[in-house]
Amino acid sequence: MSLEQPNAIEVRDAVKRYGDFTALKTISLSIKDNEFFTLLGPSGCGKTTLLRMIAGFEDVSEGAIFLYGEEIEGLPPHKRPVNTVFQNYALFPHKTVLDNVAFGLQMRGNSKSDSRKRAGEMLELVQLSQFAGRKPAQLSGGQQQRVALARALAPQPKVLLLDEPLSALDLKLRKAMQLELKHLQRETGITFIFVTHDQEEALTMSDRIAVMSSGELQQLGDARDIYERPRNMFVADFIGETNLLDVSVDRIESGQAICHLGGGHALTCPSVEEVAAGSKVHLSVRPERLFLTATQDDGNALKATVRENIFVGTDITTLVDLADGPEIIIRTSNSERGNQRIFDPGTPVYVNMEHGAARLLVD
Amino acid sequence: MAGGATSGGNAVTDTYKEARNWLLLPAWGTLGIMVLAPVLLMLVYSFLTKEFRGGVIWEFSLAAYDQFFFDRGLFGDDPAKIEWTYIAIFWRSIWQAGAATVLSLLIGFPTAYFIATRPEKQRVIWVFLITIPYWVNLLIRTVSMRFLLRDEGPLNSFLMTTGLVDSPIHMINTNFAVQVGLFYSYLPFMVLPIYAAVERYNFTLSEAAADLYANKWITLRHIVLPAVKPGVVAGCILVFVPSLGSFLAPDLLGGAKNFMIGSLIEEQFKGNAGNWPFGAAASMILLTMVLIILVIYARAQARSDKEAG
Repeated sequence: MSLEQPNAIEVRDAVKRYGDFTALKTISLSIKDNEFFTLLGPSGCGKTTLLRMIAGFEDVSEGAIFLYGEEIEGLPPHKRPVNTVFQNYALFPHKTVLDNVAFGLQMRGNSKSDSRKRAGEMLELVQLSQFAGRKPAQLSGGQQQRVALARALAPQPKVLLLDEPLSALDLKLRKAMQLELKHLQRETGITFIFVTHDQEEALTMSDRIAVMSSGELQQLGDARDIYERPRNMFVADFIGETNLLDVSVDRIESGQAICHLGGGHALTCPSVEEVAAGSKVHLSVRPERLFLTATQDDGNALKATVRENIFVGTDITTLVDLADGPEIIIRTSNSERGNQRIFDPGTPVYVNMEHGAARLLVD
Repeated sequence: MAGGATSGGNAVTDTYKEARNWLLLPAWGTLGIMVLAPVLLMLVYSFLTKEFRGGVIWEFSLAAYDQFFFDRGLFGDDPAKIEWTYIAIFWRSIWQAGAATVLSLLIGFPTAYFIATRPEKQRVIWVFLITIPYWVNLLIRTVSMRFLLRDEGPLNSFLMTTGLVDSPIHMINTNFAVQVGLFYSYLPFMVLPIYAAVERYNFTLSEAAADLYANKWITLRHIVLPAVKPGVVAGCILVFVPSLGSFLAPDLLGGAKNFMIGSLIEEQFKGNAGNWPFGAAASMILLTMVLIILVIYARAQARSDKEAG
């Protein structure tokens, strides 16, 4: 540990209780230096609580939080070298945009003129120089968002905390800001901890993602890891769209589980550690990893009937009914090749899984 | 508005306007009867001649204003000098009311802040508790304050039994007693508007300030105070203005030496020694002063807003 760069943030067995209610149940995680780290989960999962504990707005009931190796519990928020971008920006309404950005710099002991000069540079970075003299209320939501970002980045915090900062923006602006944030993080080299309930946002921006639900850490990994190898039902269901099928495992042979669906369809897919022969588990497979064929070319293909095709622009979503089984969603890209795999409703077809696309989940 | 082509549209607008005027009538009526008429009456009376047993003679005269500002009268045979007696009373009133306002602000602000930061259900109870003493008549409360502050009153006996002082502190018939009296009379007018402002305040702003390395004091001064300033200003006006014209507290707690403008005016309308035009003139001067102070404040406010914006 002594030779390595210490983690930006280390949360060790942190628990947060409000009276009888436990908001966080013994969370441990490490956030690396210079990382874009996302806390992802539905509302009430404890992600914002954890963020507020790092900022110092909430105390830690049990456990500890370390910032670059130093324990920060007991330090009030104004003594922690971390800054926050608040969900509704919390810009000071009576101060100009420039003075909002200069505030933190001044509080850190810089002179008024130095602070303003540096604040001006920050506004340039977020392309808002021409609005320096305005009051926050005179700016659009997206502009206010960027002011909040400039204000939090100006004092060069060791860690930047972002509490659902994009949730109030419309879709197009949100997409643009996602990329802008990612670039800013790379340029400044500051560790970002980003809280969101939007899984797409998390996948787009993050180096690593911690998926949380009901006060517990469900899975920690990079975007591909979490999307392609969900560890449990919650993660598979929460991240992206997925087909979840109940299957029974017949036997396991050299890492492959041979199972069957309720209707008797046999299937072979990669096994995971916890799966035992004879057990009933779930099979998760992403809609875009499925495709339809008119004939059975593969032993794993499942017999089905097309029910409906839904055109959604970039993709076509097809609903099919498995013979004696549940409904399955298939996503085909709206391309020349993809369109050859679209069949009219009522057509009998075979549902094929790409190799390695199916994943077994125990709980 | 009599254009032929658009008369249809205008008819609708006119009906609407007419209805609006009728609906405004109660408001205008109330303002007229409660505000405009008394002030006009006062203005007219201040320029009339006094009748010796109270009342007025309907004859134009500047005597009341003359008496207020000048020794022996500006229009007399001798050279006039400025009469300081009433101006001194006036000045003392402003000073006393100002001190009472500052005292109310110092006590009222923390109180209001405390109430506004309680859980929502508790706030109602605290506001209720603040208003309870005000169900009792102001005269009774002022008299009981006199009792409390007496040399042999509970406050002094407490201080003496605890050994904090050897002999009673003389408080009654002092400026201090008047300020305490005024403060006590008008405290809720300070607390309630500030409470309303703090309750509306977005406390995330305080978190943001703390997050940006501001300590509690700086956060209060630079973030909270500017945000709740309208409440503070309203509270100060609501305490200062009635304090300025108050006569109960100065009469009962201040004694003869600590006469205020309110008592001066009161005397002109009470009993046979009164001088209605003089009382009316003093009232008009008081009103003018208050208006001037408010206008100066509003100007300064507009200027500082302009500079900041």
